[in-house]
Amino acid sequence: MAERKLFKGNEAVAEAAIRAGCRYFFGYPITPQNEIPEYMSRRLPEVGGVFVQAESEIAAINMVYGAAGAGARVMTSSSSPGISLKQEGISYLAGAGLPCLIVNMVRGGPGLGGIQPAQSDYFQAVKGGGHGDYHLVVYVPASVQEMVDLTMEAFDVAEIYRMPAMILGDGILGQMMEPVEFHEPRKREVPAKDWATTGAAGRAPRVINSLYLNPEQLYRHNLALADRFEQVKANEVRCEAVNVDDADIVLAAYGTTARICRSVMDRARASGLRVGLMRPITVSPFPYDAIGKAARTAKAFLTVEMSMGQMVEDVRLAVLGKAPVHFYGTTGGVVPTAAAILARVEEIAGAEVSRP
Amino acid sequence: MKQVYAVPKSLQPRPTHYCPGCTHGIIHKLIAETIDELGVRDRTVGVAPVGCAVLAYDYFDFDVQQAAHGRAPAVATGIRRVLPEGVVFTYQGDGDLASIGAAEIVHAAMRGERITVVFVNNAIYGMTGGQMAPTTLVEQKTTTSPFGRQEATQGQPIRMSEMLATIPGAAYIARVALSSPAGVQRAKKAIKRAFEVQLSGAGFSMVECLSTCPTNWGMTPFEAMKWLDSNMAPYYPVGEFRTPEGVTQNA
Ligand SMILES: Cc1ncc(C[n+]2csc(CCOP(=O)(O)OP(=O)(O)O)c2C)c(N)n1
Ligand code: SF4
Repeated sequence: MAERKLFKGNEAVAEAAIRAGCRYFFGYPITPQNEIPEYMSRRLPEVGGVFVQAESEIAAINMVYGAAGAGARVMTSSSSPGISLKQEGISYLAGAGLPCLIVNMVRGGPGLGGIQPAQSDYFQAVKGGGHGDYHLVVYVPASVQEMVDLTMEAFDVAEIYRMPAMILGDGILGQMMEPVEFHEPRKREVPAKDWATTGAAGRAPRVINSLYLNPEQLYRHNLALADRFEQVKANEVRCEAVNVDDADIVLAAYGTTARICRSVMDRARASGLRVGLMRPITVSPFPYDAIGKAARTAKAFLTVEMSMGQMVEDVRLAVLGKAPVHFYGTTGGVVPTAAAILARVEEIAGAEVSRP
Repeated sequence: MKQVYAVPKSLQPRPTHYCPGCTHGIIHKLIAETIDELGVRDRTVGVAPVGCAVLAYDYFDFDVQQAAHGRAPAVATGIRRVLPEGVVFTYQGDGDLASIGAAEIVHAAMRGERITVVFVNNAIYGMTGGQMAPTTLVEQKTTTSPFGRQEATQGQPIRMSEMLATIPGAAYIARVALSSPAGVQRAKKAIKRAFEVQLSGAGFSMVECLSTCPTNWGMTPFEAMKWLDSNMAPYYPVGEFRTPEGVTQNA
């Protein structure tokens, strides 16, 4: 049996990263994720790793670029305003096909915003964020245990497909404490880094680069990036479906909001309403097929987010007009209450479900 | 027959894209020679900038990472931490190093990062067509200072070597001028010394190379060399500003 320990979300991510073989961390402080760099600064030297507090998020992500290019398992973490600064480097990492892990413990925005949990960086995380044609693999854990499991998985997936991966959490997940088990990471075939710039001893020189001045070449490069993401779509999409088969109303939510929706579902079921939950575990690639399948039987969807409506656009794309997709959102760092969501479910049930 | 000249092994034998009279090509050669002489090609990783030298990886015959504009010192930091036995250098223009990347260069020096920086100061942005750089001289005309750089509104040109020489983590800081054969020889010595300082583990090292941009200065190569000597060199004195022994001297 693996050991079970009480861990704070942020520290769980850090410990999981170390257990997954990450030995390099470059970061810059911002609330509410400071426990990650703090934990790394303590723990990495114990395992022969390196922690550098960079002069800015821009520098931190570029240190990640250098280290990833030299073949290391490397990560950085930040929260919303800091992730905005990292976008330049994220685009370069994606362009150069460099694997790494980026953790975003989202806080309310825009601008300096606040320090309370939010989900308002969804667009930025899944639709690009930086410039150019690229995608990240984005995991959205809903528990401290999942923070551990998905952090470990994210490193492998980033290396298999040569692209940056992101853990998209929020202030609540980062701060909450739950018992976790650190399993041996799932063994996956990770290819050798036969592209890393480590010194050209006994081989031809290598270049880490995202510059293609010839448009045809850039076109081919972008097609190759898109092709790799197609493979991610085919193999790595993850979504949890709870009580969806017989559901009239399907809630769609991720992360913290999905936890609240789970209790909304239980309370609704107790009062006789057939409510289910679709919980994406990856939001990039998005589980369009799984949600589309649920739309064959469900009478209505309700997407719940801590934003003014971002993931709801993907839910609508998945449902493709087969059922109405409603939205309930809170913003600015306000966490939705189960009671308010339940009231919305009952309203929808009255309007949509009672129809013949 | 005695061979008196050969292309350095660390340089690929192909023509560069640099304009006639530009010293980027000479500086590439000096770096390649240094790496050959120190016998470190097999553990060298260079970092190419954004700017005219963005394609440096097409010319060097060792591993190179291309970095975002100004971020080369941060990229080099990442590489250096992963490869403790490596030899890591950045190659940066003045727009790259002194403007957008000012924070990165200062903090790499502050950390005493064991990297070597080759800083090419041609007092202008070359690649984007001759805009004002932080190093553009007062009264110098560029496409974005068409009436000449005005101190009152655009400030004075930045002397990076003098500034970085105040930083304890900087072990070797020198400025050289590529405008004469003797200057090229001194540049070679400084670049080699900078790499030796890196190999010794003493800390951060940088060589600022006063360079030409005949294309954007609107001059012939010969005029450009003369302009460098008569206009840049007085404001940017050559010499060693910091050495591992702590000596600060102007030569
Ligand atoms: C973030 C960003 N901003 C602007 C540019 C455009 N740009 C490319 S090269 C350059 C100037 C380079 O000048 P310098 O560093 O002096 O090098 P030189 O071309 O003179 O060798 C600029 C502004 C860019 N590539 N990236
Ligand atoms: S534009 Fe200027 S700096 Fe660039 S290659 Fe030509 S002469 Fe050199």
